[in-house]
Amino acid sequence: MAAPKPRVKVPKSASAGEVITIKTLISHKMESGQRKDKQGNVIPRKIINKFTCEFEGKPVFSCDLEPAISANPYFEFNAKVMESGTFKFTWVDDSGDVYTHEQGIEVK
Amino acid sequence: MQVTRRQALGLSAGAAAFMAFAPAFADEAATEKMLKEFTGGKSPGSGKISLKAPEIAENGNTVPITVSVESDMTESSYVESVTLLADGNPNPGVATFHFSPMSGEASATTRMRLAGTQNVIAVAKMNDGSVFMDKKQVKVTIGGCGG
Repeated sequence: MAAPKPRVKVPKSASAGEVITIKTLISHKMESGQRKDKQGNVIPRKIINKFTCEFEGKPVFSCDLEPAISANPYFEFNAKVMESGTFKFTWVDDSGDVYTHEQGIEVK
Repeated sequence: MQVTRRQALGLSAGAAAFMAFAPAFADEAATEKMLKEFTGGKSPGSGKISLKAPEIAENGNTVPITVSVESDMTESSYVESVTLLADGNPNPGVATFHFSPMSGEASATTRMRLAGTQNVIAVAKMNDGSVFMDKKQVKVTIGGCGG
């Protein structure tokens, strides 16, 4: 499987104090650990179990994921921005792999 | 209609396969337990929180779901976390969102799996410890936890 590729949508600019909407998606199978292969063996669980969004090191939004989250987990949430800075997005896999993405925003 | 030996064999094999693959679904007790763990034994109030889910989901593999909580989201009063539960899935837990005053608005959308027609429950915990709950039934045409 190709390495999970994060896709993030953050507005390029906003006015101070504005509540913006952020959309994130990462390609990941989210193997639930419930499925069986043709021989009847359980396919081991491999999901992203934690997603976090930080702005300049301060937590904005985070989520604990269970196997009940669909493949290619998608999140839409809000953030209040007061000054220009960078959002850091982190996805943590069951295997311990960490995928990150950073995106800046300009506040006028 | 007369059942031939071949048909009878096929039927029983099918039934056996179904029994073997039917996963152990979460019962209400497990959901109740998770709910208690989250709320700390408090009985949740209604209102403030709203859960948006389709009434009928054709594909249980990706059911869009939105939860929003009325709150000012200031340092003194904000929504700490929201947990989503599905009482008919193999495990009732779905996701737990953690908000902060920097979220601006306590609202989030994601996509979830539903094994069949069931209730989806959203519970919000405020920073002062009060809890609120909303519940929606979602009818599922094709389940999303394939065996």
